[in-house]
Amino acid sequence: MTEPSAPIKATEPSNKGIANPERMRLRVRFTKQGKIRFVSHRDLARLMERAFRKLRLPVAYTEGFSPRPKFSFGLALSVGHESEAEYLDVELATSIDLEDLPSRLTAVLPDGLAVTAVREMPPGTASLQEAIACCLWNIEVLGVPAPEVAAAVAVVCAATTFELERERKGKTTVVDVRPAILELEVAGPTNNGVQLVAVLATEKVSLRPAELIRVLDRETTSDLSEGWVRRITQWTLVDGERTEPISFDASTAHALERAS
Amino acid sequence: MTSVWPQLEPHLARVQKPARYIGCEDGAKATPPDPALASWLFMYPDAYEIGLPNQGLQILYEIINERPDAQADRSYAPWNDLEEIMRAEDIPLFSVEHHTPAGDFDVIAFNLSAELTYTNVLNCVDLAGVPVRAADRTIDHPLVMAGGHCSYNPEPLADFLDVVVLGDGEEVVGEITDVLAPWRLDPARDRGTLLRALAQIEGVYVPSLFEAVYVDGRLAETRPIEPGIPAIIEKRTLADLAEWPYPKEQLAPLTEVVHDRLNVEVFRGCTRGCRFCQAGMITRPVRERPADQVRTMVQNGLERTGYDEVSLTSLSSADFSGIEPTVNGIMDDAENTGCGPVSVSLPSLRVDAFGVDIAAQLNRAKRGGLTFAPEAGTWRMRQIINKLIREEDLYEAVDAAFSQGWQRVKLYFLIGLPSETDEDTLGIAELAKNCVEIGKKHNKRASVTASVGGFVPKPFTPFQWFGQNTAEELQRKVNLLRDATRKTKGVQLKWHDPSATLVEGLASRGDRRLGPVIEDVWRAGGVFQEWSEHFDLERWTTAMETHGLSVDDYVYRHRTEDEAQPWDHLSAGLHKDFLWQDWQDALAEVGLEDCRWTPCYDCGACTGYGIEHVVASATPPAGGSQGTGQDLTFNGATPVKLLTAAEAGAR
Repeated sequence: MTEPSAPIKATEPSNKGIANPERMRLRVRFTKQGKIRFVSHRDLARLMERAFRKLRLPVAYTEGFSPRPKFSFGLALSVGHESEAEYLDVELATSIDLEDLPSRLTAVLPDGLAVTAVREMPPGTASLQEAIACCLWNIEVLGVPAPEVAAAVAVVCAATTFELERERKGKTTVVDVRPAILELEVAGPTNNGVQLVAVLATEKVSLRPAELIRVLDRETTSDLSEGWVRRITQWTLVDGERTEPISFDASTAHALERAS
Repeated sequence: MTSVWPQLEPHLARVQKPARYIGCEDGAKATPPDPALASWLFMYPDAYEIGLPNQGLQILYEIINERPDAQADRSYAPWNDLEEIMRAEDIPLFSVEHHTPAGDFDVIAFNLSAELTYTNVLNCVDLAGVPVRAADRTIDHPLVMAGGHCSYNPEPLADFLDVVVLGDGEEVVGEITDVLAPWRLDPARDRGTLLRALAQIEGVYVPSLFEAVYVDGRLAETRPIEPGIPAIIEKRTLADLAEWPYPKEQLAPLTEVVHDRLNVEVFRGCTRGCRFCQAGMITRPVRERPADQVRTMVQNGLERTGYDEVSLTSLSSADFSGIEPTVNGIMDDAENTGCGPVSVSLPSLRVDAFGVDIAAQLNRAKRGGLTFAPEAGTWRMRQIINKLIREEDLYEAVDAAFSQGWQRVKLYFLIGLPSETDEDTLGIAELAKNCVEIGKKHNKRASVTASVGGFVPKPFTPFQWFGQNTAEELQRKVNLLRDATRKTKGVQLKWHDPSATLVEGLASRGDRRLGPVIEDVWRAGGVFQEWSEHFDLERWTTAMETHGLSVDDYVYRHRTEDEAQPWDHLSAGLHKDFLWQDWQDALAEVGLEDCRWTPCYDCGACTGYGIEHVVASATPPAGGSQGTGQDLTFNGATPVKLLTAAEAGAR
């Protein structure tokens, strides 16, 4: 009589590595508009996590004592700014059908957060934080007459350097931010002020819209303040070409876009 | 009704956490304001992140919104930065759903859960553009109403409140609406008629229809000023929680709040009989929700909100009949429907009902720390407060927790309890040290936080006659504990500011003469008194002096059996002689059993209202000493004096 063999212990499916063929990495593009623009980046992450759980999507979790869902957000948007193109990368433990996913996600998100595209990304895709090179902004400025704003814009565009003081962790440093202003022009008047269109860099030297206001304020006599600010597009550079970090090539099987 | 949103919006990017002011929560009511409907504004007089999770407020919000003749919005106290802008720009207090001005509602109903929010109540009424004193309001102003645990002694706020509601609100808000809805359409309406009609509803107290009589500087009586007004206001009590499965659509906020998870109330009321605990006394009897309804509410809530944590709320959730199969079932349901894994938390865990089994279950999706409330450091003290848990119960519970992977355990204690000695106080340090030792057997990094609060005697408890410890005495006890725990690695001591405890004591048992004091503190800028960065004792002591009132008399003085209390015209159903006898038993260090599993000793809560406990199991949950304090495993080695129910009832 032989000893009964020890039961084979079932091993937990490993969470490690991206080699797991079942894994699916999604890139999600969404808007943030209206009242919801006052929600912080951190709170937005929690909202997204709840939305994925409401749809019972098989989100992958990190390992360890307190597992976290594998969500990775792109560049933070300042509280109060709107966006037509925010991004989120999510890792799923198993692959799913992406049909209708944008509208299903939008349905469980608060008004103003609308998912406009979801695409499967190949393993090894650079993270959003690494990939984004610059963003297109609509920036309304208030408090200064239009000709003066135009003059200030002209001065800044003509300058080869522009030094701005920055405070980081209690330390003040002086940075030449001119290289971060890739494009800047006056688009016309708004109800209360002047509309600017700007392309601002997000890597190497970066510049936020609030800092651009400070730059222009230095070139105007009266106080310039920030009005409505909206991020229109985020770009990554592919062979020097500005390209959206989510591609909509018709030949890409999983690319789904919803008219927005 | 117009919206203040256009005025508010340009300022929001400049205030802290602006998401607190935009509404848009999952579960928020979306139907636009309709002037044809009776309108309620449910208001929590503290910051959004504290007030939003309040279950009482959410329950009433849903119940009113289900009515065809009424609607309800919510509001919370704006933080200082926004208040400054609102006052400068003339923006009134608003509801978060539709940004409707608070003054446009028929009722502004406050949840009173903490004494230190009283000055915020005045501030919110003022920000609404409503006179702070009830006497100055006209038919153009909303009714200012309050409910919640602090409303069992609303006398310090009597000058400011039109209407106070005692007890469970589910039924009474409907009855109030029944009176309000036709009144508001009556062209000949006046405020006095409305208040007198409301005063006829059981559980409704109209302070302006009562007067306080003082003799020789002491309160002698609080009595109706005219015939036809009931002299005693009885609290409201739901007979059966199963008929009220609310909130059906719990609010899931956009921004982080306290208790940010699904909350499902598993029972209301508690008869463990802890003598310091007002909640346990005023919410009797025990009314359990059926276990299958709990499971359904949890499952629906998880699916709807996307939360991955649920808290089964009550005053002592481990006492729920069949808690283990219920927790198990919840986790199975969640996993079977793809909502898992979820973590289940049980607030107010009794250590004598917490074993390895339940620890292992809760641990299926473990998170954060575990909290136990031994309340006192020595067995003598725990007999006095009738929290009859043995030291061994605590150690077994802590051992179970650490053995199942928790690294942090938090212990709640009270200091300044009746007849407390330094030995009792230092017992807290001993317990904490021993718990860390137990933890270190399982985990090198085990830590224990001892959280210490000063005891505030509350109305309708056996300790309502006890003179509170002075702030200096409480500080001395904190220092004793600090010295005793300083060198023990793994024990952290946290304590509540004794001067804040003093002010809580002032409001807890104060009478109508405190009204001007609260108003002075508010006018001097004393809002958000729950927040240490805003609390300032001097504002309170100055105001007390201004009005010739003595802190000693209000807070530190022991009351006598025959003296009038400011809440004598209100009733939580409890017989005053029951409470007095329980106070005498406390001083004699005698405990009293839990009546939900033993015969009745007639405290009055059931017999007075013709209701009964609703408890599914006739026996207490297994394990530990079951609130008897008796060592059930080792044949009663712990010396315990316990009155039987028969003895207690025979008196």
